[in-house]
Amino acid sequence: MSTLLEINNATLKFGGVVAVNDLTFSVDEGEVYAIVGPNGAGKSTVFNLISRFYDPYAGAITFDGHNLLDRNADAVADLGIARTFQNIELFDHATVLQNLLVGRHRHRNTNLVQEMLFTPKVRREEKRHREAVEEVIDFLDLQPYRDKMIAGLPYGVRKVVELGRALASGPRLLLLDEPASGLSVEETQDMRWWIDDIRKQMGITVLMVEHDMGLVSGVSDRVLALADGAKLAEGTPQQVQSDPAVIEAYLGAGAA
Amino acid sequence: MRIHFKTSYNHDIRLFPDRWSFLVYAILIVIAVVLPWVLDDFFLGEVTNVLIWAIAGLGLMLLTGQTGQASLGHAAFLALGCYSCIIFMEQGWPFLIAFPAAGILTGVVGTIIAIPAIRLHGIYLAIATIALSILADDIIVLMEPITDGVSGKFAPMITIFGIEIERWTTPDRFYWLVLAVTILCTLGYRNLLRSPLGRAFAAVRDSEVSASAMGVHIARTKAAAFGISCAITGLAGALMGFYAGAFNNETFSIVISITLLMMIVIGGLGSIHGAFFGAVVVAFLPQFLSMTKDFVGGGSVAIPGLETGVFGMILILFILFEPMGIYGRWMKIRIWFELFPFARKDMFKRQKSYLKTERLR
Amino acid sequence: MEVVQLLVSGLANGCVYGLIALGFVLIYKATEQVNFAQGDFMMLGAFVCLGLTNAHYMGLPFWIAAPLAIAIMAVLGYLLDFFVLRHLFGQSQTAVVILTIALGFVIRFIAGAIWSHEPQTLESPLAIGDFNLGGVVLGMADIAVIVVTVLLTYFLYQFFQRTKLGLAMQAASQNQMAAYFMGIPVKRVQGMIWGLSGAVAAVAGILFASKGAIDPNAGLLGIKAFAAAVIGGFGSLPGALMGGLIVGVIEPFASRYFPAGYSQIAPYTLLLLVLVFRPNGLFSQVRIKKV
Repeated sequence: MSTLLEINNATLKFGGVVAVNDLTFSVDEGEVYAIVGPNGAGKSTVFNLISRFYDPYAGAITFDGHNLLDRNADAVADLGIARTFQNIELFDHATVLQNLLVGRHRHRNTNLVQEMLFTPKVRREEKRHREAVEEVIDFLDLQPYRDKMIAGLPYGVRKVVELGRALASGPRLLLLDEPASGLSVEETQDMRWWIDDIRKQMGITVLMVEHDMGLVSGVSDRVLALADGAKLAEGTPQQVQSDPAVIEAYLGAGAA
Repeated sequence: MRIHFKTSYNHDIRLFPDRWSFLVYAILIVIAVVLPWVLDDFFLGEVTNVLIWAIAGLGLMLLTGQTGQASLGHAAFLALGCYSCIIFMEQGWPFLIAFPAAGILTGVVGTIIAIPAIRLHGIYLAIATIALSILADDIIVLMEPITDGVSGKFAPMITIFGIEIERWTTPDRFYWLVLAVTILCTLGYRNLLRSPLGRAFAAVRDSEVSASAMGVHIARTKAAAFGISCAITGLAGALMGFYAGAFNNETFSIVISITLLMMIVIGGLGSIHGAFFGAVVVAFLPQFLSMTKDFVGGGSVAIPGLETGVFGMILILFILFEPMGIYGRWMKIRIWFELFPFARKDMFKRQKSYLKTERLR
Repeated sequence: MEVVQLLVSGLANGCVYGLIALGFVLIYKATEQVNFAQGDFMMLGAFVCLGLTNAHYMGLPFWIAAPLAIAIMAVLGYLLDFFVLRHLFGQSQTAVVILTIALGFVIRFIAGAIWSHEPQTLESPLAIGDFNLGGVVLGMADIAVIVVTVLLTYFLYQFFQRTKLGLAMQAASQNQMAAYFMGIPVKRVQGMIWGLSGAVAAVAGILFASKGAIDPNAGLLGIKAFAAAVIGGFGSLPGALMGGLIVGVIEPFASRYFPAGYSQIAPYTLLLLVLVFRPNGLFSQVRIKKV
């Protein structure tokens, strides 16, 4: 398996606080890689570094040979990196369908004038986008909500819509920021199957941040444990879970 | 309630959801076209005024309703469109070239202005655009050699393929010209909404972070919104110039900017209908007030500030009781009838939300 | 000498802008709402005082009328929040901006209906004429404006930094929900801040009317004051005052040394420059949204 995403010696400081400290890890093509750690360990910050919302203080981030630090957030998405957010960031005043269609934005190849005139090419492209989105809707069972406004949807559904929007972009790497937080047991189970299918059927590499160890050990190939922005342990879910340093970070000194 | 069974993707994409609504709009256009034979010249002029305001409203709606960037300076772009169109025509350009050229010029200038402005959020953008509107007034005076400053300019006769069009002598032809522009702008707007750029606008409005995470270039998208918005506004400005016949630096004052923004809020932010509903209110309010005054017996005494005062009051009531504007109310009434007798009052209840600041300190 | 004179009259004007800007900033700091009607509040405050003081209206002594006008404006501010702005809870900042602009129109109309559109002067004891200081002619009213403004800014600054209520107001603006859970009566605090800014507007109005004639359109000064607030940086009280002074001083110098026509665009040009190069004002604060 080849390496898809590489993070080398990344460091990020907010004022005097070190959020990510000299972190190095890599994600292989086709695997599910999970990042775990206590609150404030810098998990989401790592995501924000990859999607270029933050500039690292030092270090390098490469994706499939491209240096991500040369790119803006939108250009990162163009490479095929899609993500979800910890506190859902959907387009509230649009329908589920429109949200998913925004996910297709990186495949836009019509221009302003063509779109204002709605030329046959735009229509052809629109159909293509809709086909792709419709597949995602089928995959995630979103049919009942297709034309509903986001603003009126329950939390669990929004979470799925956000996953759908990321999938609609046809990514190579999917970043999931706490996909199961706030979900019920059943919904978490669904999420687990979806992540499995995303990897197996669609061949998309998944990097996720998650607290639910049941979900993590169920789907992921490798796990990275973070504490205070630094690597604590890395390995299979079992290895990480039995690592004394990890247990100490979670349960406090003396518990191990 | 009508349920649309969709059998192809074209269903989703097409302009009208079903035959019924196609029919409604077709009838509306037919009525609009035959209007000059029905109305007298005075009311035809009023309807023309409504349409011109509606075009301007569409321009601002695209920016404010669709992309979420409130501009209090659009009178500057009305002015630019108006002056450039008439100056082009004074250079001997035919209307059919001068008019689109004025729109394009306004759009380009709008885009250039947008480049620094798009970094500004909310109130900062509002104040920057206010400054723009105030500056436009002064700049028109300062550029007197071109703009004739305070004494102003007169709109020339429009000639299209030998047909002469003028506001006073041929109000019907002028009306049709405005109607044609209105329909074209509405179609272009509608087309944008069903294509990727229109969705990118909404994405930028609702969440800039996730829009950029989906590959939407925020600055470019906002600049595009500014450009298109200003271009449409410029066209409306040119038509306003022809409608007024004469204009100077004060024709497009800051009050016009504010009125335009209030208009689309009253009409309903984020909808094409809203621009038209709002335009009806703006254009007919002065007539309505003078009729009321006659009725009450106020005679011909002019009350300064009455129009803007009443307009402000209407706006306050709308923001308090119907933030979705006339269009929102219209949708509620429609849904109520469609669901009769199953509509419940709390169906339309707004969700309360809390303000969480984006400010660090 | 001429420079000193321009400077003093500029500073006095600047103080009025600064006081109006202070009203903006007060409300913005505490509620994150922006009151575009602040200039019209100032105008209304001036007219209320004028209506109480001037002989052909109520004819009360100035030293009774002025505090009364300030109190009336404070109550008006509170009521405005109670009946109107409180119901905008959860709506966008833009909605508040548009609403307050509309409110300005309404206030202007009402003031015109009550006190007519003719310019009037406040019969103020502050307007006792000029005195000569080593060749420089200074208006007494100008000096009074500057002194009152400095005192008021200092008092407000202390209020926000030192008192419990001031801190509660700041907390409520940072995160309404958290403040609410911490036991801060968010709604009442916001009402008080609107009252406070109404009072500040009244002070600005009384000072402004002592300096010269006032008519309902004086509320449009608010736009200039708003520019001042942005130039100074929106989240800071001293910044607002500084911004007001900068705008106030630029004006007389620009009209003295620039060709006619260019002078009135000077404050707005400065505003645009500040927005382009220091979008958060000269006394800036960083802002990044966390996801």
